[in-house]
Amino acid sequence: MQKKVFSRPEGLLDVTTHYCAGCTHGTAHRLVAEALDHFGVRERAVGVAPAGCSVMMYKYFNCDTIEAAHGRALAVGTGIKRARPDLFVFTYQGDGDLASIGLCETMHAANRGESISVIYVNNAVYGMTGGQMAPTTLLCQRTTTTPAGRTVANEGFPLKMAELMANLEGVTYCERAAMYDVKQVRRARKAIFHAFEIQIQHNGFGFVELLSACPTNLKMPPAKAQKWVADEMVKTFPLGVFKDLPPGPSPAPSSAPAALAEEGTAHAV
Amino acid sequence: MNRIEINFERCKGCYLCVDACPKHLIEQGKELNACGYYPARPTAETTCTACALCATVCPDCAIEVFKEVEATPAKAAGASKVQPEGIKSCG
Repeated sequence: MQKKVFSRPEGLLDVTTHYCAGCTHGTAHRLVAEALDHFGVRERAVGVAPAGCSVMMYKYFNCDTIEAAHGRALAVGTGIKRARPDLFVFTYQGDGDLASIGLCETMHAANRGESISVIYVNNAVYGMTGGQMAPTTLLCQRTTTTPAGRTVANEGFPLKMAELMANLEGVTYCERAAMYDVKQVRRARKAIFHAFEIQIQHNGFGFVELLSACPTNLKMPPAKAQKWVADEMVKTFPLGVFKDLPPGPSPAPSSAPAALAEEGTAHAV
Repeated sequence: MNRIEINFERCKGCYLCVDACPKHLIEQGKELNACGYYPARPTAETTCTACALCATVCPDCAIEVFKEVEATPAKAAGASKVQPEGIKSCG
């Protein structure tokens, strides 16, 4: 008897994606869909799509999806979550969307500690528009707008979003993972599952940065692009968990009864 | 027999699965699909262990993995009651 041990998750529609061959957006989509299936939230999940390569993700996910203005996925997600706290909200954004034009909305939503899960796909280049420099482009990396390589003097340093997010008090969980080989894909899967769990069980803000390969704009074959992520990107963007607050009541509510008790004793005296 | 199925129309020919397979049981195909790619295909070898490493790295969810399993204990217990007939059918 043969048993099917691996197949397309229910959260992903059976269509051919528009992504280039070897683009790890497809892997990230699958991991998110597996998490939706695992937690059984597909019927009440709302995905917020960005502008960028994954702009058409509403065609691929088997759940409700809304398209936000460029960079404003977390602002739209905030509105959805506050109007309908019973819904499960996740955003799926690229580096141009989240770290460039949408940096303001991203930072403030994280600082407010909205109950949203963020999947941030960082491929160090603007993929959809033709390989221009992104905020996350590595130093010395050649793109169509930095033909001689990115320099500190002209373009500054690559923006490290996971480290930035970890410094915000509203963020409950923050991890950077990659998808360049089987081990890393499994770690990325675990990270996405944990971020979803943080929202479902503790109403926290979970942030997962996924290092991704863009073979087309790196002008490399898929396997070589994956190796480039492993060898070059990981040096600038170290992998790991940057923040993972233990579950439990947040400091604010627990301090309130203590203050009241003090007041009570003051009155008694 | 353990085996994989690669969806001919979903595969984009990135061949990440070819590198991921520890037993080198996947190769580049020779036929074009509708999108203009040469999809990967399993070789004729039958030593697949259904480890699903190929499917884990496939960005297009094009690979399904099938594993050979024993009958479940409940079915096995049921089968033992009608053992003589089972033996007959096997013979």
